[in-house]
Amino acid sequence: MHTATDMRSIIKHNTKLPAVPDPRNVGTILRTIVAVNAAAALYALARSGNVAGVLAEWTRDTAVLEPYLFLVLAVLWILGPQLVRQPFRLAAGIIALVVVLVGVGLFALLQYLDPRPEANLLTWLVWGLVATGGLLFYFQLRARALSPAISEARLQALQARIRPHFLFNSINAVLSLMRSDPRRAEIALQDLADLFRVLMRDNRDLAPLADEVELCRQYLELEQLRLGERLQVDWNIKSMPGDALVPPLMLQPLLENAVYHGIEPSSATGVVSINVFLTRGEVHAILRNPYRAEGGSHHSGNKMALANIRERLALHYDAEASLESRVTKDSYEVHIRVPYRTAGPDRAVDVRARAQSMGNAPRGESGKGSLERGLLPATLHLVAREAAHG
Amino acid sequence: MAEPMLRVLLVDDEAPARRRLRDLLDDCSAALPLAVVGEAQHGREALELLQSAPADLVLTDIHMPDMDGIEFARHLLKFPHPPVVIFTTAFHEHAVQAFEVNAIDYLMKPVRVQRLLGALQKVPRLKPVSAEKLSLLASCARRFLSVTERTRVVLVPIDEIVYLKAELKYITIRTVQREYLLEESLTKLETEFASRFIRVHRNCLVARSFIRGFERRVNDDGDSHWEVLLTGVDETLPVSRRQQFIVRDVGRETAA
Repeated sequence: MHTATDMRSIIKHNTKLPAVPDPRNVGTILRTIVAVNAAAALYALARSGNVAGVLAEWTRDTAVLEPYLFLVLAVLWILGPQLVRQPFRLAAGIIALVVVLVGVGLFALLQYLDPRPEANLLTWLVWGLVATGGLLFYFQLRARALSPAISEARLQALQARIRPHFLFNSINAVLSLMRSDPRRAEIALQDLADLFRVLMRDNRDLAPLADEVELCRQYLELEQLRLGERLQVDWNIKSMPGDALVPPLMLQPLLENAVYHGIEPSSATGVVSINVFLTRGEVHAILRNPYRAEGGSHHSGNKMALANIRERLALHYDAEASLESRVTKDSYEVHIRVPYRTAGPDRAVDVRARAQSMGNAPRGESGKGSLERGLLPATLHLVAREAAHG
Repeated sequence: MAEPMLRVLLVDDEAPARRRLRDLLDDCSAALPLAVVGEAQHGREALELLQSAPADLVLTDIHMPDMDGIEFARHLLKFPHPPVVIFTTAFHEHAVQAFEVNAIDYLMKPVRVQRLLGALQKVPRLKPVSAEKLSLLASCARRFLSVTERTRVVLVPIDEIVYLKAELKYITIRTVQREYLLEESLTKLETEFASRFIRVHRNCLVARSFIRGFERRVNDDGDSHWEVLLTGVDETLPVSRRQQFIVRDVGRETAA
C-alpha cells in the first residue's frame, strides 16, 4: 500500500485559496458582526474610561454603526456569488468600494433627515475601512491556517477511508468469480475501478450528491459480493436532490464503517439503511446500521472517519453543516445536514439529468437491492455515462 | 505407495473466499491427494463440524464473526488429535507480524496456487501451534472456554459463566445449569477477562453481572466475613479478608 508520502506525490498539489470569505456564509456573517461590535465596545471603553460612560457612548455609536454594518453586509450578500470568484485583490477592492459608497450614501441620508454639524464623513469612512481591512486580514489568516488542514484532511481521508482489508477481500471475491461467473467478475472489477478512481483523485472541490450516491452503490455492491445475504441495503433516496453539491466521500466512508461495525461482526443478516432528502433548503442524509457492542480497536477507526468528515464539512460550510451520531438500543445512526447548494443553472441541468437517470433506474428504487437485481442496471448506467461523455 | 489423503476443512465467513480456496485446492489435487471434508463460516461452526468429520488441515480466516480464527485455533488444541492450522488473511493485520515472529504458517489472500501447494506439502511436518503462542496472538479475550468431555470438546460461552473456582489441579466452571472442569491457570484467566470477572477469594473469580449482593456472616467463634450472593445459583461464595474492599466497590458500581 502507499504510504503518506507516496500519496502526497500522487495527488497534484493545488493550493489555491478562496479569494475572500463567502459573504453568504452564516459563519462569516456572525464572525463579522461579533468582531465589529466588540471593537466598537472596546473603542467606547477607551474613550470614556468608566462603565456608565461606556454605555452612553456605545449606544450612540451603535445607532449609526449597526445600520452601516448591516447595509454593507446586505450589499455584499447580493454580490456574494460573483465576489468569491474574483482574485483576492480585486474582491478586496470591491468590498472597500462598497464600504465607502454605503458610508457616503448613509451619511448623506442621515444628514438630510437629521442634520448634525459635528458629524464627520471622513471619520466614518476611516473607521469603516479600518474595520474592513482588519476583518479581511483576519479571514485571510484563518483561510491560511485552515489550508494545510485541508490538504492534511485529504491525506488522512485517503489513508483512513478505504480499509486495505476491503481491497484485498474484494479482489479475492472477484477472483472467486472468475471461473464460475466471468461476467459478474467483470462488472465487479469495473465497480472496483470506479471506486478507486474517485478515491485517488483530488477531492477538494464539492461534487454532486448523485455522484456520491452512485459511488456508495458501487461500494455496497462489492460488499454484497463478499458478504452475500448478510448485507441488506435499504435505499430511501426518492426525494434526494441529486444536484446538491457536497464534499466528495461524505457518505462512502460512513457506509464502510456501517458494514465493518454493523454487518461483519455478525453472521446474521443486517440492514444498512440510507435516507437522503431535501427539506427547508437543507440536505439531510441519515445512515443507520445494526449496533453491535464490541470493544477494542475497531471503534477508533470509526471515530477517525467521523472526525474527518466533520472537519471537511466545517471547512466547506463553517457552521451551516453538522454531523451527529447516536446509538440507540440496537442501531447506530449518523445524521449529516448540509445547506442545499447547486453548481448554478448551467451545470445544474446536466447534473439533474444524470441524477434523474440514476434515480429512475430499477435499482434506485427504495427497497432491499440484491446483487443479482442490482448489477445489470449498473452496467447500463455505466454505458450510458460513457456514451454521454464520448 | 499411495500417500494418505489429506483431509482439509475450510473456514471463512465470506462464501467467495471459500469458493476460491476450493478452486485452488482442486488445482492442487493433481499434485497431492486431498479432499475437502467441509466448509464453515466461523470457528464455532468449524469446531462443531470437526467433532464428526475429522481433518488433518484447517485453512481458516482470522477476522470472522462469532468466533475468530485465533480463538478457534486455541479451542482446537483440546482435540485428542488436533489438526494443523494455517491461517489465511487478506491484509497485514496486526496478527500477521506476530505470525512472522512466532514462525506460524499463514497465507495471504488472494492466495497463489504455488504458495498453497507449498503449504500443503509441509503439512505432515507441521505441529499444532502452542496455546501460549496463540494467546499472544489474540487481540481480544475469548468468547468461550473449551473443556474436553470424553472425546468431545464442549464450548462454554463466557457470558454464561457465574464463577470460576480453582480446586487442586482443576478449575471448576459454574454456569446456572451445571459445572465443567477446566485445566487452565486462574491468574491467566483473571488477566484475560479482567473486565468481566472479579476476584473474591484467592481461588475464586466471580462474574460481576451475576453478583446479586453481599451478606455478612458471623461464625461460631464470633469472627465475621462477607458472602457473595449470586443470580441463578443458590450457593454463596466467601469473600476473603484481603478482597473485602470489593464489597464496597461492586456495591458502588451497581448503585451507579
